[in-house]
Amino acid sequence: MSAAPDHTPTMARMSFGERLAPHAPVLLVVGLMLLGFIAIPATSSWLTLTVSGLAMGMMIFIMASGLTLVFGLMDVINFGHGAFVSVGAFVGVSFLLMLEHMTGASSLMLNLTALMVAIIGAMAATGLMGWAFEKVIVKPVYGHHLKQILVTMGGLIVVEQLIIVLWGPEEIYITRPEALKGAITFAGAALEKYRLVAVAVGIVVFAGMRFVLRRTKIGLIVRAGVENGEMVEALGYRLRLVFVGVFIAGSALAGLGGVLWGLYQEVITAHMGNQTMILVFIVVIIGGLGSVEGCFIGALLVGLMQNYVAFLEPKVALISNIGLMVAILMWRPMGMIPVVKAK
Amino acid sequence: MSDPILKLDGVYTNIAQYHILQGVNLEVPRGQVTMLLGRNGVGKTTTLRSIIGHWRAHNGAILFDGQDITKLPTPAIARLGIGFVPEDMGIFADLTVEENMILAAVSGPINQARLQWLFTVFPALETFWKKEAGTLSGGQKQMLSIARAMIEERLLYLIDEPTKGLAPAIITTMARAVKELKTQGASILLVEQNFAVAKALGDTANVMDDGRMIWSGQMSELATDAALQEQLMGLSVESE
Amino acid sequence: MLTKLLSGDMPRSKVLAVVLIGILFCLAFAPFLFPGVRSVDTAARICVFIVLVASYDLLLGFGGIVSFAHTMFFGLGAYGVALASTHMGRGFDALIVGALAGAGLAALLALAIGLFSLRVRAIFFAMITLAVASAVAVLVSQLSGLTGGEDGLSFKIPRALGPAFKFADGEILGVKANGKLLKYYLVFGSCLVLFLLMLRIVHSPFGRVLLAIRENDFRAEAIGYRVVHYRVAATCLSAAIAALAGALYAIWLRYVGPDTTLSMEIMIDILLMVVIGGMGTMYGAVIGATLFVLAQNYLQGLMDVAGGAVSALPILPELLNADRWLLWLGVLFILSVYFFPTGIVGRLRQTKST
Repeated sequence: MSAAPDHTPTMARMSFGERLAPHAPVLLVVGLMLLGFIAIPATSSWLTLTVSGLAMGMMIFIMASGLTLVFGLMDVINFGHGAFVSVGAFVGVSFLLMLEHMTGASSLMLNLTALMVAIIGAMAATGLMGWAFEKVIVKPVYGHHLKQILVTMGGLIVVEQLIIVLWGPEEIYITRPEALKGAITFAGAALEKYRLVAVAVGIVVFAGMRFVLRRTKIGLIVRAGVENGEMVEALGYRLRLVFVGVFIAGSALAGLGGVLWGLYQEVITAHMGNQTMILVFIVVIIGGLGSVEGCFIGALLVGLMQNYVAFLEPKVALISNIGLMVAILMWRPMGMIPVVKAK
Repeated sequence: MSDPILKLDGVYTNIAQYHILQGVNLEVPRGQVTMLLGRNGVGKTTTLRSIIGHWRAHNGAILFDGQDITKLPTPAIARLGIGFVPEDMGIFADLTVEENMILAAVSGPINQARLQWLFTVFPALETFWKKEAGTLSGGQKQMLSIARAMIEERLLYLIDEPTKGLAPAIITTMARAVKELKTQGASILLVEQNFAVAKALGDTANVMDDGRMIWSGQMSELATDAALQEQLMGLSVESE
Repeated sequence: MLTKLLSGDMPRSKVLAVVLIGILFCLAFAPFLFPGVRSVDTAARICVFIVLVASYDLLLGFGGIVSFAHTMFFGLGAYGVALASTHMGRGFDALIVGALAGAGLAALLALAIGLFSLRVRAIFFAMITLAVASAVAVLVSQLSGLTGGEDGLSFKIPRALGPAFKFADGEILGVKANGKLLKYYLVFGSCLVLFLLMLRIVHSPFGRVLLAIRENDFRAEAIGYRVVHYRVAATCLSAAIAALAGALYAIWLRYVGPDTTLSMEIMIDILLMVVIGGMGTMYGAVIGATLFVLAQNYLQGLMDVAGGAVSALPILPELLNADRWLLWLGVLFILSVYFFPTGIVGRLRQTKST
C-alpha cells in the first residue's frame, strides 16, 4: 500500500451552503416555480402556466442539446443549428399533411402513428442533412471560431432560402392530431394535452440521453472527449467519427424539436429555426456550453420564465430571459454547470 | 541489438513557428526500459507527442514494429499497441476511476485478471474505484493515468515524467509498476527528470538537448560517469 | 498630405487605387453625375453603408469578434434622431442631440454586453449579441407608442435640408440648388470624415494592439495587454460609429423603421459586405458596400429576367426568382469565407505583391 496522503473529503466540515452548491441549478428551477406561484394570483393559472413553461422548456432542450454537445466535443459552434429545426418542422408537417386521414381520425392510435411517422421522417431528413452539413460546411473550418460562426450562418441562410424554394414563401398552418387537441382539467386548471405530450417526450429524450452518456461506452467516449479529446484519441478511439455521430444525432434531435415546436405553434415558417435559436443560445450559455444537464435545467428555467412573465407583463417576456441570462452569468460566468476543459 | 520496437529517424517537429525537434534519432530496444533524459524544454515531451501523433513530424520517419507510423492518425497509432501516459496525466476528471478504466480498455470489456493484478500494483485504485477522478490527489491521478495505459497489454508504453512532484513513497510505487511491465516483456520509453529513478530503472539512456539527441548508450555507463552527466545535462543531478 | 489623410494606409495596389478613387469621385459628384432621384438615393445609401460596414470591420476584421447586434446599434442612432426630431421639433439641435444620444447609448450598451460576454469567452459575444439584438427588435415593434412599431416613424428634418429650400438661384450644373443637395453633402461629408477617422483609429497604436490580439490573444495578454479591455473598447467605438451611421441614414430617409435599420436581413447584408470586400482592410468596406448596394438595386432585376428565361423548366425559375437573391448571396458568402478570406481587397493586394 502506498503512503499516498488519502484525500477523503469530509462531509461534516462542509457548510450547508457548500453542500447546497452542486444542486443550486435544480433548486433554481424550484425557486422560480415558487416565485411564479407567489406572483400569479390564481393557482389554476399558475398550474397551466407551469405546464406550458415546462413543455416549452423541454422543446427548447431537445433543440439545444445537440448544439451544446457538438460544442463540448469539438469546440465547434454551429450558428446554423436552427436550420435543422426549420427543416425538421417542414418535413414533419409535410408528412402530417399527407397523413391527414390519420391525424383527422378520432383514434388515438392512428394519430400517434401518424405523429411517429412524421417524427421519424423529420429526424431522418435532418440527421442526413446534419451529416452533409458537417462534411461540407463545418469540417473545413475546424479550430477556427470566427470562420465557423460566419460559415454556419451562411449555411443557415442557404437552407432557409432552399426551404422557401421547396415549400414556398408562405407560412404553413397545421392543426394538431385530433386526439391531442383540447385540454384536460386538473385541479381547476386547463392543461393542454399537447403540452403534456411535449413534456413527456422531453423527459424521455433527456432520460435517454443521460442513459447513453452514463451507461454506454459511446457515452463515456463523448463525455471524456468533451473534457480532453486528445487523450481519447491517444487511447485509440476515432473521435472524429464519434463527433460526426453526435453531430448527426444533434441535428436529428433539432429536427424532432422542430416538429414539436411547429405543432405547438400550429404554424411554421422558414425562419422559425433562427427565431428559436435566440432562446436556444440563451439556454446553452446559462447551462454551461457543453453540459447536457445544464442545458436541460437552463431550458426549463427559460421556458418557465417566458410563460410566467408573458402572463404577468407580456411585453417584457423576451427581455426577461435576457435578464435571466445576465443574472446567471453574474453568478457563474461560465454557466450553471461549467464544463471543465483539460486544456 | 536486434530490430528495435521503435525507431525515430531524423524527426523534425514544428509547433507554430518554433522548431522544437531538429532531427531526433532514437531507438527503443524490445523488452527494455529506455530513458529519455535532458533539461527542461529540450523536446522530450514533444518527442513523445510526435510518436503518438498529437503533433506531426513534418520531416523524418517514425517506425513502430517495422511499420511507418509517421503519417498515421493518433487512434490508429494507439491501436497498434502503444500506451501513452502524458505529462499532464490526461485524466478524465468528470468520469469515475472505473469509467476511466473502462474507456482505457479499448478492445472490449476490462480483463478482470489483469485488473486484479493492477490492484496489487496500485491498491489505491481499488479504494477509489467509484470516485470521480477529478477528486483524487496528484499521486492517485498519476497512478490512474499509468494504470489506464496498463489495463491493456501493449507492446510499448510511452510515459512522460511519472514521478513529477510526487512523494517518495509514490515514486517507489511508480518504479515498481514500470518494472512489472518490463518483466511482462513490454518495452518502455520513459521521460524522467529524477536521475535516481532513471538510474534505477533504465537499461539504455538517451539525452536530448536543443531538439537533438546528443548522447545514446547504456544507462550504466552514464550513471557511473559524473563528468559525462555534467557535460550532457549541465547540472550535477547526482547531488540531489 | 494624402498619406496623412489616409493615416499612411495607401491602397497598395494599382487596381484598388483606381477603383477607390473612382468610387470616391462618383460619390462626391453623384448628384451631378447621376441626377435621378433613385441614383442619388443609391449613392447616399452607399455612403452610409460604407461607414456602417467599416465600423463592423473594426470589430470583426480588427478585433476578431463576431457581433450580431450591429443593426441594433445602427438602429439606436436612427431612432435617436427620429425621436429627438419628433419630441424636440424639427431642427439641427434635435438632429445633433438625437445622434449623440444614440451613439452614447450604443456605446453604453456595447460596454455592458462586452463586459459580460468578452470577459468569459469571445464566442459568447456572438450568441449574446444575437439574443439581445433580436429581443430589442421585438421590443421596438411592441412598444409602438414610442417607436411607431412595425410602421416606424416619419419625422421632419430642418427646412434647410428639404427640397423646398433654395440656397442659390436656379441650378448648379443642371442640378437644383436646394436643400436636398445640401442633405446629400451632409451625409457624404459626415461619412467621409467618419471613414477617415476609422482609418486613423486602426492605424493608431490602439489598432495595432487589436491586430496583435486577433493574431494571438494569449501572446497579447502575455505581453501585458488587457485583451478584454481592448476588445470592449473596440466594441464601444464600433457601436458608436454604427449609431452615427444610423443617424445619417435616418436623416436621409426622414424615416426610421424596423425594416430599414433593425432587421436580421440588414445584419446579414453587413456580414456579406465585410467578407466579400475584405475583412480587416477598411477599404474592403468601401468596395463591399458599393458593390453590394449596386447589386441589390440593379442585379435583382437581372435575376428576374433570368428567371423568366427559364420559366419552362422545373425548380430553376424558383431558384432564380429575384426574391431568392439571399440564397445566392449565402452561397457566395460561404465560398468567400473558404476561398477568399481576405476578400476582394486582399486579393487585389496579393496579386500586386506576387
